[in-house]
Amino acid sequence: MEKAIMSDVDIRRALVRIAHEIIECNEGVEDLVLVGLRTRGVPLAKRLAQILGELEHAQVPLGELDITLYRDDLDTHGLYPSVRRTEIPVNIAGKRVILVDDVLFTGRSVRAAMDAVIDFGRPRCIQLAVLVDRGHRELPIRPDFVGKNVPTSRDEEVKVRLVENDGSDEVIIARGTSEGCL
Amino acid sequence: MNRKDVLDLDDFSPEEIQLVFETADAMKEVLSRPIKKVPALRGKTVVILFYETSTRTRVSFELAAKNLSADVVNITAATSAVAKGESLVDTIRTLQALGADMIVIRHEQSGAPYLVAQHLSGSVLNAGDGWHAHPTQALLDMYTMREKLGRVADLSVVIVGDILHSRVARSNVWGLSKMGARVTLCGPPTLMPMLEKRGSISDLPEVRVEYDIDRALDGADVVMGLRIQKERQDGGLLPSLREYVQLYQLTQERIARAKPGALVMHPGPMNEGIEIAPDVARCSQSVIEDQVSNGVAIRMALLYLLAGYKGHQL
Amino acid sequence: MYELIVKNGRIIDPSQDMDVVGDLLIREGKIESIVPGGLNDARADCEARPSLDASGSIVCPGFIDLHTHLREPGYEEKETIATGTLAAAIGGFTTVCCMPNTNPAIDTLATIDHVRRAAEAMASIRVLPIAAITKKREGKELTEMGELARAGAIAFSDDGRPVPNSRIMRYALEYSRMHGRPIISHCEDIELAKDGVMNESVVAVKLGLKGIPAAAEDIIVAREIALLEAFGGRLHIAHVSSTGAVEMIRRAKEKGLALTAEATPHHLTLTEDWVAGQRGNWGLEFPYLGAMAPYNTDTKVNPPLRAAADARALIQGLVDGTIDAVATDHAPHTIVDKQCEYDQAEFGISGLETALASLMILVHRGEIDANLLVRKLTIGPARVMDLPFGTFKKGAPADVAIFNPDEEWTVEPGRFASKGKNTPLAGMRLRGKVVCTIVAGKVVYGERARGGMATRLETGQAVNVQ
Repeated sequence: MEKAIMSDVDIRRALVRIAHEIIECNEGVEDLVLVGLRTRGVPLAKRLAQILGELEHAQVPLGELDITLYRDDLDTHGLYPSVRRTEIPVNIAGKRVILVDDVLFTGRSVRAAMDAVIDFGRPRCIQLAVLVDRGHRELPIRPDFVGKNVPTSRDEEVKVRLVENDGSDEVIIARGTSEGCL
Repeated sequence: MNRKDVLDLDDFSPEEIQLVFETADAMKEVLSRPIKKVPALRGKTVVILFYETSTRTRVSFELAAKNLSADVVNITAATSAVAKGESLVDTIRTLQALGADMIVIRHEQSGAPYLVAQHLSGSVLNAGDGWHAHPTQALLDMYTMREKLGRVADLSVVIVGDILHSRVARSNVWGLSKMGARVTLCGPPTLMPMLEKRGSISDLPEVRVEYDIDRALDGADVVMGLRIQKERQDGGLLPSLREYVQLYQLTQERIARAKPGALVMHPGPMNEGIEIAPDVARCSQSVIEDQVSNGVAIRMALLYLLAGYKGHQL
Repeated sequence: MYELIVKNGRIIDPSQDMDVVGDLLIREGKIESIVPGGLNDARADCEARPSLDASGSIVCPGFIDLHTHLREPGYEEKETIATGTLAAAIGGFTTVCCMPNTNPAIDTLATIDHVRRAAEAMASIRVLPIAAITKKREGKELTEMGELARAGAIAFSDDGRPVPNSRIMRYALEYSRMHGRPIISHCEDIELAKDGVMNESVVAVKLGLKGIPAAAEDIIVAREIALLEAFGGRLHIAHVSSTGAVEMIRRAKEKGLALTAEATPHHLTLTEDWVAGQRGNWGLEFPYLGAMAPYNTDTKVNPPLRAAADARALIQGLVDGTIDAVATDHAPHTIVDKQCEYDQAEFGISGLETALASLMILVHRGEIDANLLVRKLTIGPARVMDLPFGTFKKGAPADVAIFNPDEEWTVEPGRFASKGKNTPLAGMRLRGKVVCTIVAGKVVYGERARGGMATRLETGQAVNVQ
């Protein structure tokens, strides 16, 4: 049982709105660094960077973060997941880092991502942008920019599909499938 | 990677080796950070048990484990004391009881890591056993080739020196063959293992054996020198080191027979002036220092991948 | 007066080229007669003696082992005469020749006397001591072979080592012209084999283990044959393992030289691949053979397990008579001796209790027939040592082995009577099992005959035999 909750148009509008909020909140894009969380945070961060660039006529540095080595649940699953490269192209010390992810759920990925970012240097601040916030936080973490708030139950799964990874843009909600991942 | 131990490369698939390389890519990025430490193995105890002296491999493993936030216990033992006192099996049982999650072992006797693996529920990583295997060295050698030449498949790799006593050569023969490279072994016949009588079900992969170094190096992509130990002369295997230098030393003139830009490698420690001329060790083609730094990334990758093995809990 | 009938077995006695189904009659510890087809009912009634039912089993002369390490005196932690001979009885052996590499070595009248008396007191079966060729097995001075032979030394050997000095070996062979007992040579060129732990080959290269080349064996076999040809005497080659050795022995026999040779069950059935954990060469009939861990120290034996071609040459040697006997080279060791690095482990396989079953592999594979196998375990070794055993001729001592050629069982070293649990066959299912062993008419293992009834004899309850 799948139900679409965001279309491609919805996703684009949400990202444009988030971009405006980012500019407003940070009074421009100076000193911003966008860091996408693998896997689907990366294309979302790229799109945001492009929108921000168009709006502000400036290039916003873009990074990719793999949080696998920072996860707190390595021992609870089977084999350890594959680790991919992390690329942070600029020195983040003193910068405003905006973490970008597709779905915010328990908050554990974001916790891991913050630990990882801090290992690269001491940013001026870290902000969080997500396409979907589905609730059920297990850590005191709050997003700064949200595309859509979606009330869910724990056994539902929110799937974000993006052209870059999945061939199309949409967000769907599925009931009672496998346990949502971190 | 679904395996409990890394004991030799003979049971690795090319896909597994590729996974190790890709994981090492991520580890290499960690090593480039200002804080070269990730919490992946927090709470895990890695015992580094060395029955043979070593600086680079031991330190490399220790850094690898610490970069992953594991707790590291170093044990250095002399085998002679072991022969008289506590047996290897006793030692392993003790370490198991003390909570070792992984043991990195170097031992001067071939096969010792297999004995350890049978008595440890945790993972065993072979850091070199006798003449038998040194899988992490072969992986870092191949990783360095991949990094510098873009691939391992179809490379022509020549290993020169004391093949008979070399675990590095054996593991490279396995790894390179699995990855589709062509291996030539070169050295004096007394230091070359007997490879003619084949046909057993436990064979090594096919390799080319060449006693003439000039012919061996013709068109090579990679030239790997091995350490010549002075004891070999005393054991009667070499008439003299002087003659070995004349016949087999890696010199600029000989390296020139290899392809332009061919890599010069050496697992260390080097006897400069014996198996390798000092100017060759430091020439632009030499990647000997890259091998050392890649070693940490490869070992981090293996420690990480092994830590995920859950088979023994089933 | 003790009497016994072994009924309805397939009686194989190669000394008389006999292979019939029938009854074996034993009286006063000796073979009385063989009744093909079995006793008819009328005669069976009047012959109302205790009997054993051997239907479906092979009944043959008790096995003779030319090469057993009983370890006593000096290494009782590895084996004793009591445990070793009980293991032998379980394996169907009724006579074992025990090697003198004890501590002290069996090299004086006192030590040979000690072994003989210990055997009289504790052995389940016949024990014939082999004495050392040289004092303390040091290869320097001959033992008092003449007197030792009179005191019961059945043969002479420095087993575990060769006699490195060709001149001393020459003297030993010359001396054997006087006492007539065989000089048993452990053929190994010490320098060539130095520090080796397995057969030298690509497998050893793969495992990074130092090899013992077949040439190390061949060189000394060639030397012994040359000495025999030049100086005479009586030579027996122990545990032949190489193709080259088989060929040289064959040629020497063609010349009519006085030499005999033995091969072990493990060299006939296992190969160097077992050291690498590969057991595939046992063929499709045993599909349960998977890979095992490499460096299993129970595969470490001297001479080493060789290539498959060598095993084939040995089997050919059995068939054409080059190899006279199968001998176990039963070499028991403690757990500690084997639970260690391959280089440090002791050489040797505990073989008495698995000998018959492992050799039956060759029969089941069709490489030899049961008659040939029985020959190599009975009259073959008896002739090497010139013994009155290994035959069912009337009046011969009633030493009998009864085995079921098709019974399957699993090798569980923990249940061995031998103290030596060191066998690479641990956990394997084998086909062929000894069910009863009789020495001089008395059941020492298996089913005890009792007025027509048979009860299972507990191991350890074996009857002592003089």
